[in-house]
Parts: sequence; C-alpha cells; structure tokens
Amino acid sequence: MKHRSPSEQHHGKHPRVGDCGAAASSTAQDGMEDRTPTTPRELTQNPLKKIWMPYKNGLPEKHISQRKVCMTNCPTLIVTVGLPARGKTYISKKLTRYLNWIGVPTREFNVGQYRRDFVKIYKSFEFFRPDNEEGLKIRQQCASAALNDVRQYLTEDGGQVAVFDATNTTRERRETIVQFAEQNGFKVFFVESVCEDPDVIQENIVQVKLCSPDYTNCNTDEAVEDFMQRIKCYENSYETLDEVLDRDLSYIKIIDVGQRYLVNRVLDHIQSRIVYYLMNIHITPRSIYLCRHGESELNVKGRIGGDSGLTARGKQFAKKLGQFIQTQSIVDLKVWTSQMKRTIQTAEALGVPYEQWKALNEIDAGVCEEMMYEEIQEGYPLEFALRDQDKYRYRYPKGESYEDLVQRLEPVIMELERQENVLVICHQAVMRCLLAYFLDKTAEELPYLKCPLHTVLKLTPVAYGCKVESISLNVDAVNTHREKPENVDVTRMSEEALITVPAHH
Amino acid sequence: MSRSNQSTLTQNPLEKTWVPWMKGRLNKRRGSSVPQFTNSPTLIVMVGLPARGKTYISKKLTRYLNWIGVSTKAFNVGEYRREATRSYNSYEFFSPDNTEAMEIRKTCVTAALKDVYDYLTRYQGQVAVFDATNTTPERRQVILSFAKDNGYKVFFVESICDDPEIIAENIKQVKLTSPDYTDCDKEEALVDFLKRIECYQQTYVPLDDHTDRNLSYIKIFNVGSRYLVNKVQDHIQSRTVYYLMNIHVTPRSIYLCRHGESELNLVGRIGGDSGLSHRGTKFASALGDYMRSQNISDLKVWTSHMKRTIQTAEFLGVQYEQWKALNEIDAGVCEEMTYEEIQEHFPEEFALRDQDKYRYRYPKGESYEDLVHRLEPVIMELERQENVLVICHQAVMRCLLAYFLNKNDDELPYLKCPLHTVLKLTPIAYGCKVQSVFLHIEAVNTHRDRPENVDVDRDPEEALETVPDHM
Repeated sequence: MKHRSPSEQHHGKHPRVGDCGAAASSTAQDGMEDRTPTTPRELTQNPLKKIWMPYKNGLPEKHISQRKVCMTNCPTLIVTVGLPARGKTYISKKLTRYLNWIGVPTREFNVGQYRRDFVKIYKSFEFFRPDNEEGLKIRQQCASAALNDVRQYLTEDGGQVAVFDATNTTRERRETIVQFAEQNGFKVFFVESVCEDPDVIQENIVQVKLCSPDYTNCNTDEAVEDFMQRIKCYENSYETLDEVLDRDLSYIKIIDVGQRYLVNRVLDHIQSRIVYYLMNIHITPRSIYLCRHGESELNVKGRIGGDSGLTARGKQFAKKLGQFIQTQSIVDLKVWTSQMKRTIQTAEALGVPYEQWKALNEIDAGVCEEMMYEEIQEGYPLEFALRDQDKYRYRYPKGESYEDLVQRLEPVIMELERQENVLVICHQAVMRCLLAYFLDKTAEELPYLKCPLHTVLKLTPVAYGCKVESISLNVDAVNTHREKPENVDVTRMSEEALITVPAHH
Repeated sequence: MSRSNQSTLTQNPLEKTWVPWMKGRLNKRRGSSVPQFTNSPTLIVMVGLPARGKTYISKKLTRYLNWIGVSTKAFNVGEYRREATRSYNSYEFFSPDNTEAMEIRKTCVTAALKDVYDYLTRYQGQVAVFDATNTTPERRQVILSFAKDNGYKVFFVESICDDPEIIAENIKQVKLTSPDYTDCDKEEALVDFLKRIECYQQTYVPLDDHTDRNLSYIKIFNVGSRYLVNKVQDHIQSRTVYYLMNIHVTPRSIYLCRHGESELNLVGRIGGDSGLSHRGTKFASALGDYMRSQNISDLKVWTSHMKRTIQTAEFLGVQYEQWKALNEIDAGVCEEMTYEEIQEHFPEEFALRDQDKYRYRYPKGESYEDLVHRLEPVIMELERQENVLVICHQAVMRCLLAYFLNKNDDELPYLKCPLHTVLKLTPIAYGCKVQSVFLHIEAVNTHRDRPENVDVDRDPEEALETVPDHM
C-alpha cells in the first residue's frame, strides 16, 4: 500500500472508485479559488415546503440546496458478505427500511430471489455444491442480472443506495463487484456478518428459512438438515474480509450479532450513518407499544396542536392504559412521552418513571396552531389545498412538515432500536412517522396511517418484519383522522375541502 | 408507589416543562428537558503508548459530552505526576526498573481515582475520562476493580498507531511545549520523549481479542482508518463510539459567521424571516471576496432555511447546503418583537430569561438548551468535514462556538457574535485557534448583555438598560 501523508490518510479519503463529481447546478463552480464575483440570484419561497430557492425567468432553478443535506453524491453499493443464515437478508431489509425512512432512496437486491425466479423449483442443497457446474453457472447469471438491475436503479431510476444481498463469500466474487462499481462510479461498502454460535444460527433457520419458498414441501427436520448441508457447501471456499488483504476496502464486520464490530475506512456521511445504525440494532425479542395521549380538550373541539390537558375520557384512557400495562407483565418497560401536557398527564396515570422527549412533540402547525380545519380553510385556503396535494412534504407557514418530523424523530428511532421494551406515548403525526418506520410505509402512505385515540399498537419484530397488534382500550374518543379529499385543487369549493373533516363539537 | 392526582401537573416557568407537583416540590428528574440516558456513571479509560493522541481524544470527547449536556470531566494522570515530582529530569523516571518512580506513579493513579470518585459519586458527574497510558493488564484490572466497587460502567478507548510520521507530528504539536520540556532544546526533547515511549513499549499489552472479550472498548487504529468495537453496553457508549468514529486530525478550518444585517435587525426585532438590508448585501459581497482570498479548495458552504442566510450565500457563487437545524432560535410568542415590546407584554418572561438564559425557553419557542440538541447533527457533520463555511444566526453561532471553544452553559448565551464578522477556527494542539475577521461593513449591534437586576419585580428601565441601539 502506498504510504500516504497524514493529510491524505483521513479515513481513506480518496475512494478507490473513480471520481464522482458533485451534481451540478447550472451555475456550478467548484472551489473558492480565484474567480470574479457573481451577482446573486433572486430568491423565491417554494409554497409547499416553504424553502427559499433561487429562480430565473420566473422559474425555480434546480439547485443542489434542494437535495438532502450531506447525502452522498455518488450512489453507494452496499454488499453483504457471509455464510447462509448469518442475518444478511435481515440486515439488508432493515437497513433498506431505515435509509428509505430517513429519505435516502434505497432498494435491496436479493440474489437468492433471482435464483428462485430462474430455477423455479428447488430440489436440494446439491444445487449449491461447489462442483455443480450447472448450478454455478446459473448462480453467476443471477448475480449478473441482479447487478444489472442495481445499475439501472442507481443510474436511471433515481436510487441513491443499492443493497446487494448475497453470500459474496469469495474474494474473487467481491473483486468482480468492486470492478463493476468502479466502472459505474459507485462507492462500495461491505457489510459482513460472522457468527459461529450454533444457537443463533439454529434460531435464524427456524425463523426465516423453514418458511422460505425453497422448503414449502419439506418437514422441519428435512429442511434443517438440507439447509445445514447448504451452509457446508460455502464453508470451504469462504474467505472472510481480511485486515491486511482487504485493508483498502470500506467495510464493517459484524461479529456474533453485534458483540464486536470491525470498521474499516468509512468514506463518507452515509457510510458513517450506516455503521452507527448497524451498531445500534439488536435481535433480542421485545415489544414496542405506541399510543397517543388520552383525548384532549382541543381534540373534542376539533382543534389541532396546542398544549391542552386531558378530558374526562382521556383520563379514563390513561387509567386503563395503566391497567393494560400491568396485565402485559412487561419486563423492564421504559415509558417515553413528549413534553406536551397531554402525554405527560397520560403517563402520570401509569405510576412508573417516564422520560420526556422534546423530539416527540406533535408536529408544529405554525400559524395554524389551535385552529379547526374549518378555520384553516377560511383563513388559508391555498395552504389547506397544498397540504392535501402533498401532505408529506407540506410545511405549515412557520411550522413543520412530516418530512421535518421524520428528521426530528431519527434519534428517537435510533434509541428505540437500542432499547428493548418501550411504551411511547405521543401524538397523531408523530405516531404515524414512527409506525411508518416499523411497517415500512412510503412517504405517500405515512400521513394517512390510521392512529386513532385510545388505541395501543403493539409491535413485535418477527422474521424480516414486524407483527402489529391493535388494542382498543374501549374508551370512546373523537375521531381525529382526516382523509385526503377528492378535490385537492386550490380552486376547489370550501365544501369539497371540508368534506372529510371528522365530526367534533 | 402512591400516585399524585393527574390534574396536578405544573409547568416550570423557566424551561416550560410539565412536572408533577409532588408533595409540594417539583420532581427534578421527571422535569428534565432532555432525556436522561445514563443511570450508572461511566468511567472512560484511555489506553495507549505516549504520543498516540490519548489526551487529544480525552479533551475532545470531554468537550463534546459536556456540550450535549452530559457532565464530564477528564483526569490526566500526567498532570498529577507533574504536581507530585515538580521537576522532570529525564525519561529515566519512566524506566520500568525505577522502583521509586513507580511508587510515585502509583500514588498519582490512586489520587486521580480518588478525584474520579469525588466527581462521579459525590459531585454527581456522569462521565469521567481517565487519561493515562494504562498499558498493562494489571493496571487496567486495578481500574476495573475500582469501578466495580463503586458501581461505574467502564469503557476503554485504545489508540494504536505505528505510523512514525503521525507520532512525530504529535510530539511536535503537544509534547515539545509540555511543562516537562520547558528548558530543553527541541532536539533533546524529542530524543528524550522517544526514549520515554520505549520505556512503555516493553510492558505494553494491548487489549486482547480473547482475554478482554468481556470488556467494553473501542480500539482506534492509525487515527481512524480502522476501528474495533467490543460490547457496547449503553447509549452513552454508543454515542461515544459514533463520535470517535467521526473525528479526524486532517488540518482544516471552519468559518463561522452570521447572515448579513437584515431588515429586522435594523429595527431591533428578533427572529422572523426577513431579507438583507442594503448593508447586509454589501457584507455578503465582501464575504465572497474574503472567502476567495482564503483560496480554499473544496469549501463546503452551509446555510439555514431562512432567507437572510441564503441570500448571503447567494453572493458567494458556489453551491451551498441548506440545514433546517441551523435556523435561528424560535422565540415563540416573542417572534419579531423588540426587546422593549417583550418587556412591555411579557415582563416576567423577560426577567426569567435574564436569570437563566441557557435553560430559558420562550413560550411556544425554544431554549439554548434545545438549540444545542438540534445542532448536534451539525456538529457531528462538521467533525467529519474539512473546510466549511457556516452562515447562520446569533444564537446558533453562539452554540457552535461554545462547542469549539469549550464554553459552559453560563458563558454560551453571552458569547459575542457580531454581524459582519467572520470567525475562523483552526484546530491546533488540544484546542482551537480563533481568528476574528471584521469585514468592515457597518452593522447594528444585536448583543444584549445581562443586566444587573434580573428580578421579576425590576423596573422596565433596569430591564432595558443593556438593549443595544436600533431604529
């Protein structure tokens, strides 16, 4: 390895992949070296997101300032490495879900899936034998097909991160991928999962392999036996990422489900965030309980936001919530609230310690705080329509958008990943954002997720996803859910705008 | 546990947090404005040969943790040694066969650990950073026992470096100017220090993959090209690891400034989202000239989402990133008011703010404490980056500056961040060099000092005496 001076050595700053130039705006200039001063562009405020952007000829200019802050300019290819049943697909799916939630368009490409689509019927582990030439050829083709789709996704379909989920257990295979990435201007980051604990491997097989399409017609023992043999096929040729041989690669090696991590040459912001995320997740069984505060005074009046207290029914809910928690007999439950009176009042009824998070506060409706929908329609009909057009990105004047909320909630999600049993008492918009993270909902679905008052959602991670149990505590409350109306034009009539407003006093 | 009546929540008038009114006293813990993540105190223990950056890491980590609200203190055993022996003669002090010196060094460790105990247990600090070589398993065991006896969690931070250039640079930056070498010529000092390192090398046993597999630690190789992380136990250790993995030592500068003077600045109004005044645009232009004169390749420029910072950036003619997190502090119901109007309409709020400007939260607004939490991802990304210009706002700039210059909660809200002045921060040795560059475009003063009388019953004149002039 060429000896680099300290200034170059910073985290391997010069990536192996070719120069990925920054996305250019029409007036892009690279450094602040000697250049003549420019005239500043006029600014206009985007009516939906309330973001100030330069415009020219009456039209907003595409400018890098609209892009997500600090996200990579080069697309990134994440490559999993590891024997079967080491959690590669679990990690791929979870990471993909997280990155999409924080606004980084990400997709996973599971080579096993390509193989299933191609080979149709899985016979036995013999397909994976290293001397099965036909098998090898097919597997090679599947990997190539997947990489082709990766290229399409990252270069043409607007993807920023692709997760290439396969065993990739030989140095040769990994070198092919690195070259592919280099040719296309992608950065590469490897995620290797190494685990020798037979209990963990057994549990993996039970949770996700036995119900795989490969084993639909097998009984449990046959399936386990076959899968063990499948793993053996890979073991002989497995070349783990090596401290010396692979020192120029960027990677994280996860050992024994997170006991240890080896992190090498993190190149940029997105890789740093990925490492942080992977180091915080765990697979210890637990449940997360999400609910809103009890019904509030402003709820019954049909007013949004504010900082009011609970109604009598709200207090009843709080009491029942306490009883519910008791019956669940949860080990070491943590309780979190926002800093708004209504969630804290709810938590007080539980009789256990709780933590207040400002980050869990309800979405700030800015100038529309404490208004009824009818009043918003009357005072701000344009705003009301814009919100219906794009509820996720719409930012209230002097307030927030769902998109802002997600950013604000990211540390909450990170801590939820670290924790075990948690009850989060929050608010409608906040709960929608958290739920969207756990249930992998899109930006379009998120703002319309149903999170009624006086209902607890119990989320339990299972296999690759999350089981949801909805528990109504049988205390009546107003409905606060407003569906998207048919007509979202700014020219619509008041009645059309207000048609989906739920009933209130 | 007997439950208090649900309706007896009261709002703390300073921080605007809701707390249960239990037995006539405000429950401190529940009312905290930020989640409390540590229950047991944590003892962070540095490990490594001399000149591996242990003190650099200790000081930086301590600064960061304090800034995010985790009370932290560093304990440098070398300083205890300097206190104990007064005059340093030579590397021979550190020779493993120097039994007399060994005794002194052991005593220093004990003294330092006693101070750690005072800090964590008696004074209720949350994190103590024990900065010493701790290069043998025996020494580390002493510390582990000490921690166990007192109920502290332990997290080791080992710095391993075999790059002679880096070590030489470390020695040059921080060792040659150490009190140990005040009367030495540079060459002599260097030779002596290298011999000192050799004294440790003989007995150095790094943390071992197998023997130490039950310990919690991070091993940093060659200033961050590689890390090994073992058994992270909790939130604070996770944050520590994340921070350590994002910092670097590549030379660079961070430029902090406010937007150009705004229309609302001119009339003495706070907050809002106004555009630049005429003088503000002149500043923006001058800023462009100044940044060009700095001749920086690959400068990143960051602004907030507010018009005035973006307008300022537009004059630079380069790409910039907008961060909502860099928005000015939200003054809630006081947005766009003058101080005079705040005094008139909210005299009690105005007084509370003067009593504790760091923790004071505007009604329906934010506090400086909230700002710091909002800015944490900005700081993390600033650590990752190299040359950056941050065009922001008064309160925001105070928070960022406090992080770099290690200012405490009392100082932070009163740091001077005048308009039309660029602060150039360059990391050096264990701290930060600051260069203040006024770009010679006049602007209003927006800095209001703490008045003498902060009682809620003070006269309006007393409240307003430190308000700066405006139109």
